Amino acid sequence: MEVIGKSVIRKEAVDKVTGRAKYTHDYQKVPLLSGKMVISPYGHAKIVNIDTSEAWKVPGVRAILTGKQYPLTGEAIRDRPPIAFDKVRYHGEPVALVVADTPAQAKTAADLIKVQYELLPVVNSPTQAFQKNAPLVHERLGEYKKEADSHPVPDTNIATLIKIRKGNMAKGWAESETVVEASFSFAPSDHVAMETRCATAEISPDGNIIIMTSSQAPFMVKRLIADYFGEDMGKIIVRTPLVGGAYGGKAPVQLEVLAYMASKEVGGKPVKILNTREEDILTSPCHIGLDATVKLGANRSGKITVAEILYLWDGGAYSDKAIDVTRSGATDCTGPYNIENVWCDSYCMYTNHPYAAPFRGFSHSELSFAIERTMDLLAQKLNIDPLELRYINAIMPGNTTPTRVRLNKSNVGNLQKCIEKVRGLIKWDEGPVKVLNDRFIRVKGVSCSWKTSTIDTDAPSGVILTFNRDGSINLMSGVVEIGTGTKTILAQILAERLKMDVNKIHVRMEVDTQTTPEHWKTVASRGTFMGGRAVLKAAEDVIHQLKELAACVLRSPKEDLEIANSRVFLRDDPAIGLHFKEIGYGYKYPNGNTVGGQIIGRGSYILRHLTPLDPETGAGRPGPEWTVAAYGVEIEFDKRDYTYRLLKAATVVDIGRVMNEKAAVGQVMGAMSMGLSFAGRETFYFDELGRVLNPQLRTYRPLRYGENPEYLVGFVETPQIDGPYGARGVGEHGLLGMPGALGNALSTAAGVSLHNLPLIPELIWKAKEANK
Amino acid sequence: MLPFDFEYYKPETLQEAVELYQYLDQQGKQPMFFSGGTELITLGRIDLAYTEAVIDIKDIAECKVMQVSGDHLLIGSTLTLTQIEEANLFPLLTKTASQVADHSARGKITLGGNICARIFYREAVLPFLLADSQVVIAGTDGGKVVAIHDVFQGELKLKRGEILVQTATESRFIRAPFFSFKRRQQWETGYPLITVAALKIDQEVRVAVSGLCPFPFRSKEVETALNKSGQSAVARVDGALAVLPKPILNDVEGSAEYRLFVLRNLLVDVLAALDGVRIR
Amino acid sequence: MQSHTITLNINEEIHIVAVKAADTLLYTIRGKLGLTGAKPGCLNGDCGACTVNVDGWPMKSCLMLTVEAVGKKVTTIEGLRETPIQQAFVENFAFQCGYCTPGFIMNCHSLIQQHPDADDQTIKEWLESNICRCTSYIEIEKAVKSVLNKK
Repeated sequence: MEVIGKSVIRKEAVDKVTGRAKYTHDYQKVPLLSGKMVISPYGHAKIVNIDTSEAWKVPGVRAILTGKQYPLTGEAIRDRPPIAFDKVRYHGEPVALVVADTPAQAKTAADLIKVQYELLPVVNSPTQAFQKNAPLVHERLGEYKKEADSHPVPDTNIATLIKIRKGNMAKGWAESETVVEASFSFAPSDHVAMETRCATAEISPDGNIIIMTSSQAPFMVKRLIADYFGEDMGKIIVRTPLVGGAYGGKAPVQLEVLAYMASKEVGGKPVKILNTREEDILTSPCHIGLDATVKLGANRSGKITVAEILYLWDGGAYSDKAIDVTRSGATDCTGPYNIENVWCDSYCMYTNHPYAAPFRGFSHSELSFAIERTMDLLAQKLNIDPLELRYINAIMPGNTTPTRVRLNKSNVGNLQKCIEKVRGLIKWDEGPVKVLNDRFIRVKGVSCSWKTSTIDTDAPSGVILTFNRDGSINLMSGVVEIGTGTKTILAQILAERLKMDVNKIHVRMEVDTQTTPEHWKTVASRGTFMGGRAVLKAAEDVIHQLKELAACVLRSPKEDLEIANSRVFLRDDPAIGLHFKEIGYGYKYPNGNTVGGQIIGRGSYILRHLTPLDPETGAGRPGPEWTVAAYGVEIEFDKRDYTYRLLKAATVVDIGRVMNEKAAVGQVMGAMSMGLSFAGRETFYFDELGRVLNPQLRTYRPLRYGENPEYLVGFVETPQIDGPYGARGVGEHGLLGMPGALGNALSTAAGVSLHNLPLIPELIWKAKEANK
Repeated sequence: MLPFDFEYYKPETLQEAVELYQYLDQQGKQPMFFSGGTELITLGRIDLAYTEAVIDIKDIAECKVMQVSGDHLLIGSTLTLTQIEEANLFPLLTKTASQVADHSARGKITLGGNICARIFYREAVLPFLLADSQVVIAGTDGGKVVAIHDVFQGELKLKRGEILVQTATESRFIRAPFFSFKRRQQWETGYPLITVAALKIDQEVRVAVSGLCPFPFRSKEVETALNKSGQSAVARVDGALAVLPKPILNDVEGSAEYRLFVLRNLLVDVLAALDGVRIR
Repeated sequence: MQSHTITLNINEEIHIVAVKAADTLLYTIRGKLGLTGAKPGCLNGDCGACTVNVDGWPMKSCLMLTVEAVGKKVTTIEGLRETPIQQAFVENFAFQCGYCTPGFIMNCHSLIQQHPDADDQTIKEWLESNICRCTSYIEIEKAVKSVLNKK
């Protein structure tokens, strides 16, 4: 292994430290009109009247889109008008869109649009939404067009229900001697990518629709706009340059639709819509909230025999991707434990909150908080060491998942090994509590996770390789560079396979759906796995072509040829051979005759054997493999003030194969940081009107420099046989266990069971007060 | 990006500034004095502030002083919090100001801007309240020097067209032992849940508080309770908590009850730091 | 709308630009001068992505009017050439998506100039002005310390 595992510097590094790296909003041109939304100030209200007369008087205003029923949008259920019609269902929902020559004009005009509302009763939590006689968010739920595996229940707020029915619950309860049950709840929050979402659209006279967007899913933009508006798919060209952070939040399609509609309204002229931070937080989809109840039964020795789980996901006003998140939450509902008897109802609930996007971990950090806190409660009740309880129940090859997939030594990592390694990293055996003095204590908490990537069963990934005349290679993949460094890893995979210098591989960072082969979406930690497989296939194609041509020129059987160091040569006499630059563009004989041509390699990959879930039992194969991880968090807790500092956070993840050491460690640490920030501080605060009270970064506060703990990262390498060089996904996993581990540490420290996020000192104080 | 434009003036003298204000005000331009300007920019962009004429007072010499004059330290109102921190002539102010916003922003936020801010924390005023400072104010009738207590009641009561020029603080307060602490909802960034600044002078502890009420304050009643001799620290703090101004904030940063819990512990810390009281 | 023609010193070059008084420095350097390295992240002074240096100090360019920059020396990320801090960011993997990076680097650059012997407390005080959502900050800490220690 020459390149795999090495900390190769990312291909776009120099651009990023010199300010030359370009993101969607950095592309400027003249003319470029500006779109500005008018957004709802309320969570739920009837639109009585919209008066645009004053706005029209502002110079430079070219169009105002409002008060009209545009085609409904939404991925799983077509439930969302791109511009609200008749009523608004969340604070921040677009009500009108002004298109003007400059951003200032658009803003001035938008401020002059007067919308009259009549307040409606607000559904302010999924639990409230679930109650009989709750106000309805969607009165015509039964009439919406939907995907086959969405199961909305008309006249309720249920957007879908995913059921898991595995084993025999009666038997499970009979075998259990100890039972714990607990409920958990947290509100939606936000991704806070530093680049707010941005999209531009223009329509050329020949009907080509050209969109540039900061998206994780440019190919989905193309598909959905074709679908929603009956446009020719081939005429839609979506470009995505570098993306300034995404974390799932840029997987949904929203501003692209508005930009397209706006451009159409002004005769195809280019229109840009850039979210302000407030709009990015309120209007664009957020991080899902959850109300959960978990009941576990175990025998005396700690073996869990049964699990009964209710998840009420806060999908917000529109179902969009929340339906898939709900399904994913059901798929791995138990956490990474082998439980024979499982009952889970996972509901996607409509509420009057901002609607949910995927969030790094896709339901798993959220459900893990509920599961891992319950695991600690069970350990406490059984009087078993919490890490030991997890070790005893760790999922293993031969076990089945809640959706009844039988695991083998390739499709699941080694959780017990992760647990053992994290035990050492956080010095668990020194004990979970260390008393510093009568006020301060240091406390550790642990957790585990697993995750499969539930993606469409026909999700593709493709790669094209083209040669340059100097023998270097261009690599084109539909993977979007959102910060994960995946495109550099794809170059490493290619370099490894061709045994060549990775610096001779040029990676195209921008995605252009017309010329870049599709990668379904850059989500779910699937970039390396699927893109990597496509690269390997394309490499085979290139090797085949290189050898064919070289065999002819060298007058040798193909089988006798080897490839390395940008050369094709005879295996038994490497001195005889051809450099890529001599054959990458065909071979030119001394007399000028040329054979062959530019070598173009292609490769594509599609995950095999995935199936939808059975609607009654949940049985099915939703994803290719399960990555597992174990975590620890250590805090210093002030028993007087209930404040705490983060001291250490550790993750050990079975990554299959470390592809780029520093990049992998960076992904895991960055994910832990985001997880701790989510667990410790981030949430939307809603008032009784469903308004988000903290839509700015001074009130919605991600972790800052110096608030972070020391990070410890360990890897276990159990190869996923089908993965490129055995690799599993790694982008999300550092995050998943943080809420659980932090919650466990704090519950131990405060001597009170904590059931909500974020874990702020006031929450602990309230729990202590309630216990007095 | 601001959705409105304005005229921009940068006078070099106080008189010019004051006259400009008068003139622009008469024209109905809703003029605004501007030093750091962060509040105009951040509130203006969300339609919570508006002006048609900005009078930037940063070039006015009197507003930029930072010097000891006789027994007083003079600090100009357009100095940035960073400049004040770097010079560190008033350690209690350095400490308290260094907890406002963040370091880069403090390179723009000015002392006068913070004290006159609409956002109600205005933490930079706390040290001046504690030190019985004086403030220099310029207006149409020229300049005047007044006790800060006479013009600061929750906010600086400037008349229309008046400018806060300087603060003047007696050096004995600058040398006094002090305590300053900002507790936030969580960890180390964000608005204050409670900020307490305190100093000890003439055997008495003084405290000023931001974040508890929708205004910063120093309260005689609170200090009387805290300084009651012959009582336990707990009793003194209880006494102080019983005479707090109202209303107590109850918002996304924290509930009113929790703020009181936080304040109680911080007052105990004040007594521990400045009065040598040991608790637990 | 009143247009002011002003002279700006940016990256040691003199630029004559027409601006409105209400235009922020960020708006001008990006929109008028094409210096898109400084990023809008909040336009509210909260995130630090738009940080540039003004007379050697970090400045959130969304919090400064362009007219305030007259007579001052403005340095943007485009004005840095192969500085040690840029190299340190690359070597320490101190960025992922790269969006906050120019602002972070400009803040670090100013810190290194103003306090080449900065201790942990000073580093923290300065760098907590910027949000990075991808890294764990440890990488950035390593990068800035590797340059500070060299001095």
